[in-house]
Amino acid sequence: MITLRYFASLRETLGRSSESLDIFEPHTILSIWQLANPDLALPENTLTAVNMDYVPRTHLVHDGDEVAFFPPVTGG
Amino acid sequence: MTVKICEMAFEPFVEIQNFQNQLALEGKFGATSIFIGTMRDFNEGDDVKAMTLEHYDGMTQKQLIKIIATAKAKWQILECLIVHRVGDILPNEPIVLVSVWSAHRGEAFDACRYLMEELKANAPFWKLEKLATNETRWVSKI
Repeated sequence: MITLRYFASLRETLGRSSESLDIFEPHTILSIWQLANPDLALPENTLTAVNMDYVPRTHLVHDGDEVAFFPPVTGG
Repeated sequence: MTVKICEMAFEPFVEIQNFQNQLALEGKFGATSIFIGTMRDFNEGDDVKAMTLEHYDGMTQKQLIKIIATAKAKWQILECLIVHRVGDILPNEPIVLVSVWSAHRGEAFDACRYLMEELKANAPFWKLEKLATNETRWVSKI
């Protein structure tokens, strides 16, 4: 099982902040998004992280990972 | 090297003083560089009356610690302190504090600037503004 997290405007768009997904083989970040959100293309400027480190959309996600999707950051 | 995420208002000069008091650096540092970011009551031509700062708890700290490690590898810095506010914020309240202690001013200035720019680029915080009209909007990257 993997955990998906969504933040800020993306969380509002999707109407949820987290969910779980069972995967039986490694998937890319993009593939994970498509499994979880089949009706919505991953917004172009979305940043992606696995286990709290930034990764590209081609990164392979494994069982037990925490995957996060969020818009460009605006802290400071 | 310390990273603090504050859910309540903080006083940056008290944070700096308290942090410096517990450092065992007497006589070792010749320069302290400080950046404080404070909430404005205007943005993009609109009056802003409040803001909510969301963050990715855990990743925020992890990214800030990585940024500090990179700064330590680039410059001879003795200590640094990063404090960042989350939650509901009002104009004139501090949002962020970055402070760097080093032997000489060059390292302190450069590392402080680097830490602040990297924080803005990589630390997962998001600002939701509440305008004077009560409309809310997410701050977008400029």
